[in-house]
Formats: sequence, C-alpha cells, structure tokens
Amino acid sequence: MSEKVYLYPVWIRLWHWFNAILCLLLIVTGVSMQYSDPAFPMIRFDWAVSIHDISGIILAINYILFTIGNLTTSNGKHYIFRKKILKNLIVQARFYAFGIFKGEDPPFPITEKSKFNPLQKFSYIVIMHAITPIVIISGIMLFFPELISFDIFGSGALHITDILHVIMGFIISIFLVVHIYFCTIGRTPVSNFKSMFTGFHEKH
Amino acid sequence: MKTINEFRFVVVLIIVLMATSFVIAQEDDTVIDPYTYEQNETCLQCHGQSSYFYYNEVVERDIKKRMNPFFIVDSAEYYDANHQTFLCIDCHSYEYEEFPHSGQLRMEPKFGCLDCHAGDEEYAKYKFEEIDDEFHKSVHSSKHSEDFTCSMCHNPHTYKINARTNENMADFILYDNEICLTCHAEISKYQLLTTMDNPSVLETHSWLPNQVLHFKNVRCIECHTEINNDILVAHNVLPKEQAVKLCVECHSKDSRLLASLYKYQFTDERSNLGFSNKAMLDEAYVIGANRNYYLNALSIVMFGFVLLALFIHAILRIIINYKRHE
Repeated sequence: MSEKVYLYPVWIRLWHWFNAILCLLLIVTGVSMQYSDPAFPMIRFDWAVSIHDISGIILAINYILFTIGNLTTSNGKHYIFRKKILKNLIVQARFYAFGIFKGEDPPFPITEKSKFNPLQKFSYIVIMHAITPIVIISGIMLFFPELISFDIFGSGALHITDILHVIMGFIISIFLVVHIYFCTIGRTPVSNFKSMFTGFHEKH
Repeated sequence: MKTINEFRFVVVLIIVLMATSFVIAQEDDTVIDPYTYEQNETCLQCHGQSSYFYYNEVVERDIKKRMNPFFIVDSAEYYDANHQTFLCIDCHSYEYEEFPHSGQLRMEPKFGCLDCHAGDEEYAKYKFEEIDDEFHKSVHSSKHSEDFTCSMCHNPHTYKINARTNENMADFILYDNEICLTCHAEISKYQLLTTMDNPSVLETHSWLPNQVLHFKNVRCIECHTEINNDILVAHNVLPKEQAVKLCVECHSKDSRLLASLYKYQFTDERSNLGFSNKAMLDEAYVIGANRNYYLNALSIVMFGFVLLALFIHAILRIIINYKRHE
C-alpha cells in the first residue's frame, strides 16, 4: 500500500477539470478556425467561433475564481518562485533526462508543503501568471474587434492581437501535451490522473 | 483710361478662367466644356435647388415653389460623376427647355446603360453586354422584369465609377453598400417595385457575428451575388436563400473575397513577414485567410519535435522498466 498525501482539495480539482475541458475545446476550435478550409472542414466555422467564444468566457471566469482561490487559501504559495530556482530546474531536468532511467529517486519528493517539483512549478507559474492572462486579454480584445480597429506600427491592432493570441494558444497546447505526458510519471502511469479525481497523491 | 481698364479686365478674366480650368482638371482629368455649365445651368437653376421661382402670368407676379426632392440634381455631385460632361438635353428631351414643361414629357422613356454603351469600343473594357446578361439573370431583373433598370442602382446623375479607381477601400465599400441600402433601407424606394414590407437589414443579418465589422469591410455583393470572373463587379444578385452563409467561404486560404472584393488587388504572393493573401491583409485581417507561413511551419516543427522527444522518452522508460522487471 503506497503512502498517500492529500494535495488537491475539491475546488482545485473542479477548477482543474473545467480548465482542462475548456482548454481542449479552445485548442480544437482555434485550430479549426486558423486552418479553416471548405474542402476539409474540421468544425463548421460559425460553430467553432461560438464554441470558442463561450469556452473562452467560461475559462476567463474560471481563471478569476482560481486567482481568488489562490489569494484566499494556502494554494497560492505553490505559484511563487523560491530561491535557487535555476539550480533546482537543472537538477530536475537532469533527473527526467538521465536519473529516471537509472532508477534514481526524484530529487524533489512531493509533499504537502511542496506539491510541485521545480519544473512543474516553473511551467505552471509561467502558464498561469503570464501566458493565460495574455491569452485571456487578447481573447477579450478579439471578442470586441471594433475596439481595436486601429493601427500599431503600421499594422492593424486586430492582426497583431490575433497573432499574439494564436502564439499563446500554441504555447498552451504544447504545455498541455507535455503536462499530460509527465503526469504518466508517477507511482504508476495512471496514479497522477487518479489523484486529480480523488485529491490524494500516491508517493513513489 | 477706358482702354487700360478693359485690358485689366481681360487679363483678370483670363487668369480666373485659367485657374478655374486648372482646378477642374486637377480634380479629374476630364475637362468640362464651359458651354456644358452654361447650358445645364438653365435646368439646374431650378433642378439644382430645393426651391425655384417662376413668373406667373395669370397673377402677374413671381412665385416661389418647392422643388420635388426626387427631381433635384446636386450640381456638385453631377459634375463629379461619370456623366459630368453631358448636357441635360443629351439624355432628356430638348423640349424641357420650355417652361412650364409639357405634361406629356413625363411619358418620355428613359435611356438605359446599353442604349449608349452597347457595342462601343471605347467602353469595351467595362463589358456592359456581359454585365447586362448577368443582371438579367439576377433576382432584381427576374422578379421585377423591365421595371428594374440600371438606374435603380446606378443613378446616372451621381454614379461615379468606383471599383477600378478608388484606392481607399473603406470608401469604396461604403459607396457600393449605400447603393444597395438606397432601396433596402428605404421603404419608399423599395416599395416602388413591391408591396412587401422592407425587411430590416440589421435583423436579417443578426446571425452574422461582428456585424458592424462585416458591414464596414465587405460589400453586400460579396455574399449576395454569383461570382463571374469575366467582369469586375458581379451583377447576378441571387435570391436570399442562395446567399453565402458559410463563413469558411471567405474565412479560408482560398477566400471567396479574392475573386470579388480583392479581385484586382489579388496576387498569390506572401507578405514579407509570410502572411498569405497580402493584398487582403493591407486592408483587413480575415481569420483563416491571413495565416502566416513561417509561424505555421515553425509550429509544426516545434510540435513534431516535442512529440518525438516525448515518444523517445516514453519508449526508453518502457524498455528500462521491462528490463528491471525481468
């Protein structure tokens, strides 16, 4: 019987799964719009626009609730950089690149006080505190395109905003793939997925 | 002394006339013969004003009357329009020179475009005959027969060629859309041909996302006509059921707009920064049509690299786990 530690309260799990579903919907509909083609329609353009808009609005609300949750509970402390972040990142990266194949123990074991390893912490902070706000703000601007019908540096603000939105969306989609893969690195390949349903993390 | 004054007067007159003709020539290459102004003034002194005067011989005094607004010709617009060099009586009966006009003149048939432009080599590039064929296929012609004429949309007093000459696309779109809206947003003109209520354009297009942006950046005919590659502006207006409603017809790399709105600007070249449909990008940003070649290529390479790295990592984990359990 493995040792279990309670890391994910109900609100975190609800936020996480809502976020996951919304991100998937946004990525699929976003790709469908970006590569729209009458000969190979992925999703009907107007449906893709509607699903993307609705999902984006819910995701923005979900993000606000997550921020409030982080400000009012101890969960926020996991989203702050600590000392020696660069050195710890290198140690963790070395573990994933080599140590994991040599049977080494993880250099930063998961505990209630530190539920993310340095690479997780770095990627979650960048995604949640930088990329997601940019994608939400640019998404709001694209939702009201008439407000940005002016030029910046000789290009349309709408155009620049959309490019920024697409690039941020692409980074999130890369993160999603990597995140899902790294979740298979647990006590068993599915134990981390289970922990997001039960709230309990199974230690290695 | 008298001779000197006369000489001065002539010099000033020559300068004024030269300046006037210079200004006219500056605004438009067409120079209008002063005789045209002079002759047309006979008509425009009444039909260019909101009111007019005439001497009533019965009551023996001048009478001021309001001009029927539908018979007013804005002289500034007229002399800026395509038919600016024409005398009024080139198209209207010379009998109009008499006042009061004979009531019989109202029965005078009006010229259509082809009455002058058909078979004319000078105007061959405009392809009036093909435009006429397309127009006769359109719902405007087929539903309203001979009652619907060219002048319903192209007011011969004000119409100015636009698609070929106007480099300001926003103006050009506004001008063309106003032609449609003179009937479709104005019930009195709409009901000249039908007893139906004029449906609200805003309501019938309520399904269209970002309606204001669409109305500002594309013409009505982009979706409501069948594209004909032989003529610049499509004239076969389709029944509303056949109008384009699939967003992807414009929002895609091979956008329909390239064969209509951007027909003459269209080149398949990419911009320096790799955006497809450069000509379109200069005017508007159309999601799906202005994708970036370099970003697309980079994103595919990056995604492929990430998937490959994760795949190798996973395979190595599986192999090592398998060996450990052996």
